Amino acid sequence: MYLDGENRRSLTPQLAFRVALIGGVALLAFGVIFFRLWYLQVLSGDKYEAKANDNRVREIKVQAPRGEVVDRDGRVLVDNRTGLAVKVTPGKLPDDPGGRREVYKRLAGVLGSSATRIDRSVSDQLKALPYSAATVKQDVKPNVVAYLLERQNDFPGVTVERVFLRQYPQKKIGAHLFGTVGEITKEQLKDRRYRGVGLGDRVGQSGIEYQYDRFLRGKNGASRVQVDALGSLKGELAVRRPVQGRQLRLSVDLGVQKVGQQALGGAKGAFAVMNVRNGEMVALGSTPSFDPNLFSKIIRPRDFKRLSSEELGKPLFNRATQGGYPTGSTYKLITSVAGLEGGLITPDTVQYDGGSITVGGVRFQNAGGVVNGPVALRKALTVSSDVYYYLVGREANGSGDGLLLQRWARRLGIGRRTGIDLPSESPGFVPSPKWRNELFKKKLTDRPWSVGDNINLSVGAVALEANPLQMAVAYSTVANGGRVLRPRLGQRIEDSGGRALQQLETPSPRRVKIKPEHRQAIMEGLRGAASAPGGTSTPVFKGFPVPVAGKTGTAEKGAGRADQSWYVALAPYPNPKYVVAVTFEAGGFGAETAAPAARRIMGELFGVKGDAKKQVQGGTAPD
Amino acid sequence: MPTTVQASPYGTSVRDFRDQPRVPAFRLDPLLLLATLALIACSLYTIATATTGDIDGSPYYFLTRQSAYFGVGLVLMLIVSRVDYSRFREWKAGIYVAMIASILLVMLAGVSARGSTRSIELGFFSFQASEIGKLLLILALSGFLVDRVRRLGDRDTTSRAVLMAVFPAMLVIAQPDLGSGLVYLAVVTACLFVAGTKWTHFAALAALAGVAIALVLVAAPAAGVEVLKPYQMDRLTAFLDPTENPREQGYQVNQSLTAIGSGGKTGRGDLATQTKLDFLPEHHTDFVFSVVGEEFGFVGTAIVLSLFALLIWRALRILTMAKNLYGTLLAGGITAMLMFQLFVNVGMTIGIMPITGITLPLVSYGGSSVIVTLLALGLLQSIHAQARDAAFAKGRDLAL
Repeated sequence: MYLDGENRRSLTPQLAFRVALIGGVALLAFGVIFFRLWYLQVLSGDKYEAKANDNRVREIKVQAPRGEVVDRDGRVLVDNRTGLAVKVTPGKLPDDPGGRREVYKRLAGVLGSSATRIDRSVSDQLKALPYSAATVKQDVKPNVVAYLLERQNDFPGVTVERVFLRQYPQKKIGAHLFGTVGEITKEQLKDRRYRGVGLGDRVGQSGIEYQYDRFLRGKNGASRVQVDALGSLKGELAVRRPVQGRQLRLSVDLGVQKVGQQALGGAKGAFAVMNVRNGEMVALGSTPSFDPNLFSKIIRPRDFKRLSSEELGKPLFNRATQGGYPTGSTYKLITSVAGLEGGLITPDTVQYDGGSITVGGVRFQNAGGVVNGPVALRKALTVSSDVYYYLVGREANGSGDGLLLQRWARRLGIGRRTGIDLPSESPGFVPSPKWRNELFKKKLTDRPWSVGDNINLSVGAVALEANPLQMAVAYSTVANGGRVLRPRLGQRIEDSGGRALQQLETPSPRRVKIKPEHRQAIMEGLRGAASAPGGTSTPVFKGFPVPVAGKTGTAEKGAGRADQSWYVALAPYPNPKYVVAVTFEAGGFGAETAAPAARRIMGELFGVKGDAKKQVQGGTAPD
Repeated sequence: MPTTVQASPYGTSVRDFRDQPRVPAFRLDPLLLLATLALIACSLYTIATATTGDIDGSPYYFLTRQSAYFGVGLVLMLIVSRVDYSRFREWKAGIYVAMIASILLVMLAGVSARGSTRSIELGFFSFQASEIGKLLLILALSGFLVDRVRRLGDRDTTSRAVLMAVFPAMLVIAQPDLGSGLVYLAVVTACLFVAGTKWTHFAALAALAGVAIALVLVAAPAAGVEVLKPYQMDRLTAFLDPTENPREQGYQVNQSLTAIGSGGKTGRGDLATQTKLDFLPEHHTDFVFSVVGEEFGFVGTAIVLSLFALLIWRALRILTMAKNLYGTLLAGGITAMLMFQLFVNVGMTIGIMPITGITLPLVSYGGSSVIVTLLALGLLQSIHAQARDAAFAKGRDLAL
């Protein structure tokens, strides 16, 4: 015993006071803690519970497959396939940069990429969408997946996920029509058109994919999952299933589309096949073409460069709607309508075609210098007399305001957009006095507008820019008696079983007045051109069972470039159902290349057995 | 109270056997014991529910260990309660040397956990010298002050006592274990306070502390000297504005507030996702009070706090009862240790105190902390028992 009982301290007042102070401090602290807990738990409990739920519940997007696109007979043009994408889950990667780098390095070896590229791509994606898995590579081969799954320890945080990839089973056939898909851009995200589309989603970026994206894109599903602090999955709470996009039926006939592209070969050119009665597009193509499957994944810059290169003929460029070419003699249909309706000529007005005329000291002559003698409208079309139309052009320039040809070109749809349901259509160009005079004022050309310019326009030469689709519209307007059709590709929206949900509206066509007897005369002239002796394309359509009316066209483009070759055909004569317009950028005489291609398309269109295999002799008639 | 006749250390020769009041056989403070056992129950229940998913395959890993610590601790507590604490006073020099030596040993040979070296692996559990150091410091410091009881007014006494605590405090802060270092400082303050040190000395100490804090937190970083590690600085200051950087230092505070708040009035039970999905860091150790808050709500936190209030009341009462100054000072140091840890730990979980890595006595998981706390409570019980014996010897029984 160190201190005995007698030494025991009694409680001094000083100690009592100090103990009371300690007790007071404790009481105060308890009071503060109780009030704080009351505030946190009783008064703000709901707020914090919501916060706790925010912590643990995460929505994971479940990609919806896009709708399919089928042709008029239900043949699949565009569908989806499932691919395997390699993704990286940030929470499961090694924490230290060195370890992460190691994983990237190993991954790069397997995927044939570089660690730096993977690192950059992953951190970019995480900046945009934190916590969600970042895609390293879309669509890897099954053996790569097997390799990764067998060595999960070497690849912490690396996962493989099933994704839907757009598939174009027809490859190069119809590529320009169907268009491409791509990740939504920042600008598009702000657009009302893309409401409900999230970052990283793929939307249509060109062609039908773009035009009908609203129907084709589905509604992404979501799965609400519970995650822990590391972001790893701890069970699913609720699922909203993704809804596939609608199926779109096009008026396109896959067979015709195929034959059309084959008929063009790989040459730079384009074609359009349209129903002249209602504007339904049967085929619309441009060559050289490309494989849109390249865009289903993220397209490699090398591929994109190749597809845009001038040397390879810019495969991405849709010549059928964006091209602008002088049309040569196929333009005579427009000049004919203008001359007839403008009262400059009648169907029976006879002009003497001496092979050439001289206006203002410049000699304008027929192609090949042919002398056709006295010609009226029908024969002028049949033999493609340039002089006949030169005279109309000269007269048009001198009568009224001198804009008769330009006005009618516009009425028939030249120099303006056709309004087809495809994005980025170009309007083309019709030369006019105003244009040339303004250029002259700016000293960009050597002379103002002269009658010679109008004479050139009358036969579709030089400055004119039109594409096959516009020519198809102009020809069908004459064929159907004055309705300027708006070409349509989309027919109806269907469910995945092919049942119609919504008929796509065809806007009512604009009307122009063309007298029946004028139409009659032009049609007869065109028919003669494809069937009468001396007709420019008669040899090409020899033996073709369906009566065709058609016009050849050859346009010199100057500067040593090869001639633009054209053919526009209407069939069956006399009440045509289809118009076929074909052009080659470097095809020589229209009868040589464009007309035989048109015949092959017609053969498929009308189901002429064996015609496609027949070696069609190209015509040699100049026009 | 059941009583059996038992030999009293004071002998029976003094008084007539029949006149003698019956010797109290149960000399422990029953309410203190009740609070202790109830808090142990709370700890086990909370750890059982909070840690089932922490280690795959062994849901009772932490529970079985904590139970074992409590078992060992309770046995030690009972043994200590039967020992006359006064003999520790004679060993104060040895105790102090042992304390410093163990801390140094840990620094030299210890196991590093999350960047700080605090413990030595001792087979089944790792021994944290800084924890047991709290108790050793109280024992040594109280002995020192008892020796100097006639010179308490001397500045020399105060400064020596403070240095006795500041030296080990600096050592453990360097480990780095900021929390234990602060406990040492709290302990010395309390011991001086209870011993009766002059107010002027406390004023001087407060001024000194103010200067030191200014130096450590403001002047030293400005001069490029790193006294505290950057993460310690961040943790200390993060509670001032937890939303400033929610992903970094404020993360723990935010998650703790969310856990406690979401518990509401009666708790979320099995839906305690903050705990079960690991959003709450260190949920079985430093942030165990947040787990109580989330799982059992205001009811749970109120019960735990009430038990602590009971504990502190009994500790302060034992302080006033002690049969000698040494007992009074020991009780003062132990009370200060418990109070400081309680308020700093709970304050941290509710966002009104900085994060210092201080555990909640008895409730937090951890062998060293549990055993040291139970040893301290054993000492309190010993002081109580001795006081009762002394009173009994004097012929007056102390009311319970």
